[in-house]
Amino acid sequence: MKSKWWLIALVACLALVLLAPLASSSPDGLERVAEDVGFMELAQAAPFSLIADYVFPGLENKALATILAGMVGTLVLFGIAYGLAWLLVSSRREMV
Amino acid sequence: MHIPDGFLNITTVATTYVVSAGGVGNAVRVANRKLSEKQVPLMGVLAAFIFAAQMLNFPIAGGTSGHVIGAALAAILLGPWAAVLVMSCVLIAQSLIFQDGGLLALGANIFNMGIIASFAGYYGYRLVNSLLGSSRRGKLVGSAFGAWSSVLLASIACAIELALSGASPIGVVLPAMAGVHALIGIGEGLITAAVLSLVMATRADLMQLQRI
Repeated sequence: MKSKWWLIALVACLALVLLAPLASSSPDGLERVAEDVGFMELAQAAPFSLIADYVFPGLENKALATILAGMVGTLVLFGIAYGLAWLLVSSRREMV
Repeated sequence: MHIPDGFLNITTVATTYVVSAGGVGNAVRVANRKLSEKQVPLMGVLAAFIFAAQMLNFPIAGGTSGHVIGAALAAILLGPWAAVLVMSCVLIAQSLIFQDGGLLALGANIFNMGIIASFAGYYGYRLVNSLLGSSRRGKLVGSAFGAWSSVLLASIACAIELALSGASPIGVVLPAMAGVHALIGIGEGLITAAVLSLVMATRADLMQLQRI
């Protein structure tokens, strides 16, 4: 059990995503300043969109689409950062 | 605090890309030399946690919300250079997959929320540790202060980039950004201290790893 602590932590992160539909949808600090100061209209949309605004495309239920997007992102980031760290550690072992 | 495309001019885009590329390159070199096997799953878990936690915007005053950056937590547990790597993974994925933060603004976003926030969080934490001692209390107060400083300094860096880009005069955008993020930073401080307290209670050995 002890060696798999990270699996428990990852499941806890996925559980955290269940709260995402309850998150505040008010503008964040930078958006608030951009609106108040008046440079919000400079913002340009991205040239393409995959899972834009953390809403998984093609799902009717917005809460479900948000949770799915969050879970995909959480798993992808675990994979990327774990993989990068593993590469950095194992490439050193080969060099030595 | 993810800057979309359009806010920054080309000079600022180019400068922040060059600086962030240098910072991330150095982070890779340092981590390649010092990262230990025990830190590999911790890097993965922190990236996953930071991504998930950043989706949870909490309301602050005046119809505004904020979310954690997470760089301070990563820097306290892993060290600032490894935190730069974790934050870069998160910010690149957010920009490419979730269209949060512009592609041209990615260099600036990595500079603010990756590099500045990680180092501010780490040295803010260390400063309090040296004043209060590295007892449990010193660590928790230090993590809260480091986390608050990380948000404030990242927002100041962001304001300077916006002013240099001509989006808004520095005298307007700097106090506005610093003011709202001094509030958001309180949320970051409380959440960082709470998570650190959970780590100390369940996996105290993770606090003993060499910081990178």
